[in-house]
Order: sequence, then C-alpha cells, then structure tokens
Amino acid sequence: MEPLFNQISDALLITLNKDEHLKLSFSGENSQFIRINNHKVRQTGLVQERNLSLNLIRNSRTCSGAITLTGYLEIDLLYAQSELERLRSEVDQLPEDPFIALPINLGSSHSVTPSDLLDKEKVIPALMPALQGLDVTGIWASGIIARGTANSAGQKHWFETGSYSLDCSFVTPEHKMVKGTFAGSSWDQVGYEKFIEDSRKKLEIMNRKPVKLKPGNYRAWFAPSSVGDFLGMFSWYGLSEGTIRQGKSAFLKMHNDGAKLSEKFSISEDFTSGIVPRFNTEGEVASEKLELIKNGHLINTLVSTRTANEYGIESNFADPNGEYIRMPVMSEGDLDEENVLKELGTGLYLSNLWYLNWSDNTGGRITGMTRYACFWVENGEIVAPIESMRFDDTLYNFFGDELEAVGSKAELLPTVDTYFERQLGGTICPGILVKSFSLTL
Amino acid sequence: MKQINLKKLLSAVDIPADWVGIREVYEANTTRFVRDEKPQANTRSLSHGLMVEVLAQGQFGYSASSRMDEMSIAEAARNAYHQALAASKYAFYSFSENARPAHTGSYVSPVALNIDSISAGEINDLLIKINRELKVSDKVISANAYAIILDVSHRFVSSNGSDISQKFVITSLEMQATAQEGSETQTRSNGGRGNARQLGLEAFNEEDALTAAQKVGAQVVELLSAENCPTGTYDLILAPDQMILQIHESIGHALEIDRILGDERNYAGWSFVQLEDFGKLQYGSEIMNVTFDPTVISQLASYSFDDGGLKAEREYIIKNGKLLRGLGARESQIRSGVPGVANFRASSWNRPPIDRMANLNLEPGTSSLYEIISSVEYGIFMETNRSWSIDDYRNKFQFGCEYGRLIENGKFTKTVKNPNYRGVSNSFWANLSKVGNKDTFEIYGTPNCGKGEPNQIIRVGHASPVCLFKNVEIFGGA
Repeated sequence: MEPLFNQISDALLITLNKDEHLKLSFSGENSQFIRINNHKVRQTGLVQERNLSLNLIRNSRTCSGAITLTGYLEIDLLYAQSELERLRSEVDQLPEDPFIALPINLGSSHSVTPSDLLDKEKVIPALMPALQGLDVTGIWASGIIARGTANSAGQKHWFETGSYSLDCSFVTPEHKMVKGTFAGSSWDQVGYEKFIEDSRKKLEIMNRKPVKLKPGNYRAWFAPSSVGDFLGMFSWYGLSEGTIRQGKSAFLKMHNDGAKLSEKFSISEDFTSGIVPRFNTEGEVASEKLELIKNGHLINTLVSTRTANEYGIESNFADPNGEYIRMPVMSEGDLDEENVLKELGTGLYLSNLWYLNWSDNTGGRITGMTRYACFWVENGEIVAPIESMRFDDTLYNFFGDELEAVGSKAELLPTVDTYFERQLGGTICPGILVKSFSLTL
Repeated sequence: MKQINLKKLLSAVDIPADWVGIREVYEANTTRFVRDEKPQANTRSLSHGLMVEVLAQGQFGYSASSRMDEMSIAEAARNAYHQALAASKYAFYSFSENARPAHTGSYVSPVALNIDSISAGEINDLLIKINRELKVSDKVISANAYAIILDVSHRFVSSNGSDISQKFVITSLEMQATAQEGSETQTRSNGGRGNARQLGLEAFNEEDALTAAQKVGAQVVELLSAENCPTGTYDLILAPDQMILQIHESIGHALEIDRILGDERNYAGWSFVQLEDFGKLQYGSEIMNVTFDPTVISQLASYSFDDGGLKAEREYIIKNGKLLRGLGARESQIRSGVPGVANFRASSWNRPPIDRMANLNLEPGTSSLYEIISSVEYGIFMETNRSWSIDDYRNKFQFGCEYGRLIENGKFTKTVKNPNYRGVSNSFWANLSKVGNKDTFEIYGTPNCGKGEPNQIIRVGHASPVCLFKNVEIFGGA
C-alpha cells in the first residue's frame, strides 16, 4: 500500500499551483473476518480497502474529499486528480475560513512493525478445535492495517502494522457470560489454547445462582476493562479543548470552576507503546506523552491546530476530528491484585460495563449497565455473579471523592472496533476501588 | 458514477459454487458544517466497491474489494469460495440457494430538487444565516448548523437471476445551540441527525430552517433559567422526536431475530424476547401497533429490496399490543422458523448483510394532543433525545431529553431542564395509555445505528405520534 500512496501523493503534490496547499491522508487494510456463534462459523470473509483523503487550501478557503482507491496506480491517479479538480472547482465558492491549519513540515516518519500472522486458510483449523464443547460467540479479525499522510510542505508519515484479535464471549447454559480478548501481532497457538482454557475456568464461577441487588450505593472494584469503559467517555464531550470552549464537556467544572478529581487519579496521552501512530490525520506529530489530568488536577486538554488558531492558544496536535485521546494511559496506584478482594471487603466486583452514555454531560454524570463477569463479594470472598444492574453516577465521585485506591498493575486493552475500518491502538489502565457507587435500576 | 456491468462480471466468475452474488455500493456523502458563522467542514466522502458472496457446501463466504475488473472479481469469488469451504466444516447453519431469493426490480428516492440544484456556496450561506438565527442573545456561546447530502446507489445481481437497482438520495439539515450563564450550560437542537429523510434539496428550505432556528435559540436560553426536572413517578408524554429512540431501543433491537439467535451476544447483546414469544407475547398495551414499513414515501430507510434480494413489504410487527413477527430476514427466517421481514442489510460494500431495522413505526392512534395533555394531572412532556442507554437484553433503559415541560392539572405550566426517565421495556409499553392521532404523527430517522461484527453503522427510519405513558420513574440533572 505504501508505494501506491507515495506515487499518488507525489503525482498530486507536483501539480499544485503556487497559491495552493494540499494535505493527503491514507488508510488501508487487508483483513479477514470470521464471525463465530456457539463455537461455529456464522459468517466469514475478506475485505481489501484503501482510502485517500485530500484537503485543499487556497485563498484562505478550504474543502476536503475522500475516495476509494483500487490499488491500480493508473486508475487511482485518474480518480485522485479528478477529485483534486473537484475541490478546485468548489473551494472558491466557500466562505473564508480564518482558522485553517496550514500544512507544516516538522520532519517525516516511517514505521513498519513486523508481524507474524496466520495465513488466511490456516485460521479456521487453528481457532476452531479449541472452542468445541464451549458456547463461544465473537469475532476474529486479522491482517495488515496502514495509515499515511503527506502534505505540500514536504512532510510524509507512514505507519503499518499487522495484528489479529479474537474478541469473544463465553456463555453458560444459564446465559451468564465471561468476556475475553486474545490479540497480538505474532500468532501464538499455545498462548491461544491457554486463553481458551483460562476462560473456561473463569466461566465455572458464573454457574453459581446470581444475586439480585437492590438499587443503592455500593463499594465497588472496577477491573481494568471497566475502567477502560469510563476512560472512553473522556474522548466524547470530554477532554477536547474545542468542546470545553463550546460548553459541551464533562470537564467544564475542572476547566472553569477549579473542580478536582482524586489526587490518586492521573491520565495521559502516551504513545510510548508504539501501537498507534503519533501523527494525526493531518500529519501533525503529538508529543510522546501529554499529561492531561495529574493527581486530580486538569493539566492539559487536547488542542488541535484548528482549535488553537480559533482561541489563540498553543496546539498540542490533537486530531482535529474530535480531539480525542488517541492512546489513553492511566497511572497505576498501589493496590496489588492479590489484595483487591480483601480491600473490597463486601461490595461489587465489576469486570465489564456496557452502553455508557452521558446522562448529564456537563455534570459529568454517566449511566450504563454492568455486564459479563460481575460479582457480589462478601468479606473478601466472591459469592456469586450479580444480575445486570443499571448505574448512574458522576466521574467526580468515582474518580474523585469516592476513589479509595488504584490498582498497581495496568493492563493493555486493545481496540477491537471495526466501524468503517479496523481501528488501531488501545487503552492502558489499572482497576480502581471506589467507596460508593450508585446503582439505580 | 461510472456504470459497472455487474452481469458481465458475474459471468466471468468460474467456481463450482452453489450460488454467487455481486453487490455494488456507491455512496457519496457531502457534509457542510458552519459553527458561529465560520465554515468548519466542506467535505465529500466517496466510497465505491463491491462484495462477491459465494455459497459452497452450505456456507456463505464473502470477499469485498474496490477492484471492479473481471480478473479481480474472479479472484474475489475464488477467495470467497475458499473462505466458505474452510468454514463449512464448522458451519453454524447449512444454507441452500433458498436463502437468496431471486428478484428483479428497482427503487428511486422521491426527489423534487436534485442534489446539484443549490451550490456549495449557497448552502454555506444558508448555514451562516441559521447560525445567526440561533444566536438569539449573547448567552448563546455556540451555534452549529449542518447540511448533509447522500447520493447512494445499490446494485445486486446473482447467479439465480436477481437483478436489482436502487438509488437513494438522503438529506438532513441540522442545527444546535449551546447557551451558558454562570456555571449553567444547556444545549438544544432541532433533533439533529433524526431529521434525515429521503428528500432532495427541497429539505433545505430557508424559511422553514430559519423559523426552526429561532425556536431552538429561544428554547436554549429558556432552559438556562428553568428548574431541574422533578424526581418521582409521574405521567410521561413523549414527543415524536423522543419516541423514535424509545421505539428503536426497546422494540427494534429487541426483535432482531439474529440477536435472539445469539449472533450478537458478544457485542450488541441478546434479547428478553424468545423465539416462542412470537404470536403470543403481549408486548405492550392494546393501543400499541407497530409496523415494519419500507413503503413510506421519503422515510429514511424506505427501499424495495433488502441486500439479500428479498422484496420489502409493509408488515405488522405488533398489533393491538401482541407480538406477531420478528425483524429477521430470509436467513433468520430459515434458522428460526419465525415470520420476518426483508431487512438483510449491510452498511456498505465492505460489510456482509445482517438483520437490521429499516422503517419501524408506531402507528397513529385516536387521541388529539389536547386530549393527551388535558388528561394528565401531573406529568412531564419531553422532547428530543440527548442521552440513551439500555441493557444487552433490551430491558433496563435510561433515556434523557433536551427539553421538558411540566404539566399540572391538564396544562403546561413551566419548562424544566435535564429531563430523564428510566424503565423496563415490557412494563413500560404496558403502561402506554394514549397514542396520538395522525395530526401528532412525525417522521424521523436514526442514521447512526451501530451493530454487528465486524461493526456496521446503518440508516434506520422511525415515525411516531405523541404518546402518554403512566407511572414512569422520572428525574432531573446531576
């Protein structure tokens, strides 16, 4: 995919007039998907896709376009040149845009991570035998993912990686479930079979008769997966400087009124893991690490160059499409895993959450459901799974006054989303122990 | 859009499969966005490709690509064939060609003004005017307006004779204002993406748009000084622009047969509805009538055929409160034995079809708006969804709205902010006590419905009258 992108971008950039700026971005994948229901194959197939985006700037005006590429250079060059002409014909009709982010060249980058993936025809024989006898439902996704940018200032970036993931649910005959994800960039058959066996053991406890809880406030341990769900909300009407300025953020209280979270809570955007590119879709390269909330204090927000231009502040090269945390990393605390149940005492052990939404965005209040392996714990012992409960509570409680301890071991939760295309990255976070958490239904 | 001869491509496929289909999708999505009178986006995203689907030894396999020459299609078919063969040993269900019925026909969205009839500059001018109308005072700190135009073509041919062509034009004009005073911030919209319809640029009528903008601007400022919605168990009246979400989450997803069959258990979830409930379960009160209706003119998900080639027709899903039929297409009908509808739909050429909603509508009843309001001693009227969450069995939900009005002794008395309510699907619908007549009936869409693995976002239509629900748990903001 890289030679195709390089040849198209070189060909387009050389045709620019003196008063024109152009930013190009590329995304592509060569993927295999296998959908599994009850240890059988429900649907299976392959997807090859390459997309090119163009952003033309001329005379303080700008417009964009995206096209599907075929992988045939001659055809794709015609498509790309035609799209550039369409942008030229449109841009002069548009109003002036005072906040345009012009292309810059702060150096190029190139990252191709070697991978050792299963051949497509070997995946089903490798996956399916270990699942037999289990009610397992989920999705296998594997293949190469590429991202690239180029611009008229001469800057180029390329990021390419190969990965696989089996994201699945293990189900008991009484419909209780345990969630698991086995992911990596080099296939490990032994590790895979151990993952299945470990999940089978986890499922055993789900066979106990579930406890039905009443609405109310409970002590709770949130395992890293459930903390990751909370942190996902920080990227949706969250730590974006633009949404804060426009009055649509859960962090308005921290930004405008000096509200604080617990001193035990810190989160950064941190690219040191290397699993997601540091360059954004505009080709701008963010710092390797940006502290966002440190010991409960809002230190930085995510600022795109466009937002920076609008409000007269400095850009930290957040992606202009949403100013989201591209690689969230939450700091570890001092609660060791082996002490979690003892410190929880009596309360909830929540492995996963589901369907989170702001019930009061500017109040920081989030509603959602418990899901999968969530347990009632008494005196440091797991009693039984709980029936799913709705919660409704604010982050100013569970990451604030009610945060008692933070786990000492952070986990990488790989992104397995495939809306429009396979997504990169993940979230790194530990679990948290909360003194009081509100269940409502 | 360059015309591709799909029949010729199909004839180039040479594999010993039991069935082969080719589905081509072209979609051009133009989004124009102006905030605070400054352009934020003028972008057209074009996606064009096809999926070759193959049936071999009872298993379907697919291969999706943007390459549309004979050699590439033949290769894609071979790849799909090998995928199907490899999986057939572990096939969840052994299908026959019967899963892909043969049909021919076409569909075209009703369009009065074509999508090129207003220039990019003129649309930006309209959006700037909307921004100005939204900013009714200095308290409005952010004014947004979007114009979205989709030009979509679907073609489908198959080895058993299907030959289907469908062309959709979809437009949406959206506006939103945020107001702030001290630490209080409120946002109001015209229903946002729910406005999407199969219409041409007649949807961008300036007079209508500016009238709507004035109302949104006035109401967002009004919310700043409103009291919080009261907490308690009260009567709840939902406007059609919230009813669409209620229908979507607590009827639509619950009745998707692929969910009930377990396909979605790792993602969107299961359902409280079981296969044996069809024809028996009293889903709601006797005044509840729900149709799957792909024939409604201009509704977002109207079409003539689903992506498996099944002809789409209007069907009652729930009649007089009783559950009759599921939202399951031909594959699900075969697997479950439950009567279904033509709803095998894919988000684009790069995703396989699955059971989706299309137009799922609550049919009008007999009550006028006046009769509904005047019947309430104490309750809340809620408009326009802003928050949504429901459990994986589609039971325990909590929804929030942008704008609420208190009703006391049969009359509106004051505006309330941050209105929310929660409940359990079956008992909530059992408490449906009045359904508005056709004068209260409005058509909307839900363009961003997520489901499936790999994940898919699809366009869904919903329409509803105003409805009254008794004994609902209602509450306000943080």
